[in-house]
Amino acid sequence: MARFISAVAARFVIALPYLWLLVFFLAPFLIVFKISLSEPALSMPPYQPVFDLFAGFPALFEKLGALSFGNYLWLFDDPLYVNAYLSSIWIAGVSTLITLAVGYPIAYGMARAPASIRPTLLMLVILPFWTSFLIRVYAWIGILKPEGLLNQFLMFLGVIDEPLVILNTTTAIYIGIVYSYLPFMVLPLYSTLEKMDGSLIEAARDLGCPPMAAFWKVTFPMSLPGVVAGCMLVFIPAVGEFVIPDLLGGSQTLMIGKTLWTEFFNNRDWPVSSAVAVILLLILIVPIMLFQRSQARSREAGN
Amino acid sequence: MAGSWGRFNIVSLVLGFAFLYLPILLLVIYSFNESRLVTVWAGFSTKWYVELFSNRGLMDAAWVTARVAFLSATVATVLGTMAAIALTRYTRFRGRLLFSGMVFAPLVMPEVITGLSLLLLFVAINFDRGFFTVTIAHITFSMCFVAVVVQSRLMSFDQSLEEAALDLGATPVKAFFQVTLPVILPAVISGWMLAFTLSLDDLVIASFTSGPGATTLPMKIYSQVRLGVTPEINAVCTILIGIVAMGVIAASIVTKRQEVQRRRDEQAAIRVAA
Repeated sequence: MARFISAVAARFVIALPYLWLLVFFLAPFLIVFKISLSEPALSMPPYQPVFDLFAGFPALFEKLGALSFGNYLWLFDDPLYVNAYLSSIWIAGVSTLITLAVGYPIAYGMARAPASIRPTLLMLVILPFWTSFLIRVYAWIGILKPEGLLNQFLMFLGVIDEPLVILNTTTAIYIGIVYSYLPFMVLPLYSTLEKMDGSLIEAARDLGCPPMAAFWKVTFPMSLPGVVAGCMLVFIPAVGEFVIPDLLGGSQTLMIGKTLWTEFFNNRDWPVSSAVAVILLLILIVPIMLFQRSQARSREAGN
Repeated sequence: MAGSWGRFNIVSLVLGFAFLYLPILLLVIYSFNESRLVTVWAGFSTKWYVELFSNRGLMDAAWVTARVAFLSATVATVLGTMAAIALTRYTRFRGRLLFSGMVFAPLVMPEVITGLSLLLLFVAINFDRGFFTVTIAHITFSMCFVAVVVQSRLMSFDQSLEEAALDLGATPVKAFFQVTLPVILPAVISGWMLAFTLSLDDLVIASFTSGPGATTLPMKIYSQVRLGVTPEINAVCTILIGIVAMGVIAASIVTKRQEVQRRRDEQAAIRVAA
């Protein structure tokens, strides 16, 4: 009897979250794909369904022949979309590298800190993550504006005579992404650096290796799992980022998350925004798989 | 060298934390500014906070957000904990690879994709958009964060404790509630808090899945931010930061106290056994 209950409980524990994710995470992607193949229409919902799943198989096959890849062709025809994809990948890539350069010394400093204050430092890195993303991005508007605090400060110091134009440029987007995603980079880096065996570096030193060389030859290669996890945690969401380019980048910047938002909310073109989402997902599938692999490996190491 | 804490490390930490905290600090300071011009300091004032509470639209949005966050965090905690158990305890079941993929993918999935796909699902099944669609959307992505938090705790948990309870005749369900759950409870609580704040923060997914009458606070803040920085928005943000900071500090005190209590209990048990 106990065994029976146990088996039922196991089924239940697996099945409930499984079903939830199937219905609300996986199935919606299929719908996005389906709608990306349909024609826009002036109705509510604003698209012509390509096929009706309830119409039976003959109707389904008939419609399959008439599937329209028109939205995709259109995406590749219009340089606006291609440029938006390319510049999203570029902006996300550059900001990921900057975040790594900023985050690594912080994580390294934390991992080398006295063990007694490490939990406090960890808490200090996590705390900003708990405050709203929107608020943290918004805070930078007041700082970066032409008459904002940064320019006032620099002019007060006499470094510049005229306010710098930072807000509504790509630089502002870089600052926003680095700032918002920094904890995501620091945490995985810290957890690999903290576990590292210090005696290896000592051994390298004893054998006459200079400190910088010891870092590049021993510490950095050993922290690579953390580097990969951190970079993926920053890069993937940054490619599709909407809030940061919208609030800090101004109307000039081209990022795909913003393009999708505009197509959907301003142009009300659901099929095209679905096609934009499908292509974005295809671009991100390799990094997402890399992320999954690194997660799985670190879990195995944990076991 | 390992063990001593170099000057370079201290400098990088100080600069790093200044970068992380200065913008938030400035925002809080300027919410108490007398002047309407956000970047000109004109003396201390709390008038923007007073004005805030008479803003009907903002208050309604705050109430909707609080309800969505509470409900979605609670359901997400239950589902996420189950998912964590499924992933750590049952290493072999059909479709496990797909399952773990679906648990980890939402962590990095761009919000515009999640939001759009959920909206299209709700439209396809003719589900009226509003309070419940936002809640379902929030459950879906925050349960994955809960699963990750709880899973890391479950992995460090000594499974032989639960096996001992089973050997002593406890039913699996009883063993879970009396042995496993108390041990993983701190992780479950922090999972709930994480889910709560994620829901409190979310702009993009809520904008896609919400309908008339279910405007959340971030949506309201966003529509005002687009018009420019105002002291009222600084005040709202300061209150939100205050709530979250108090919650996090309270939770860390509670877990610390539990830890102390647990250690005391363990020592008492050892003394009895000896």
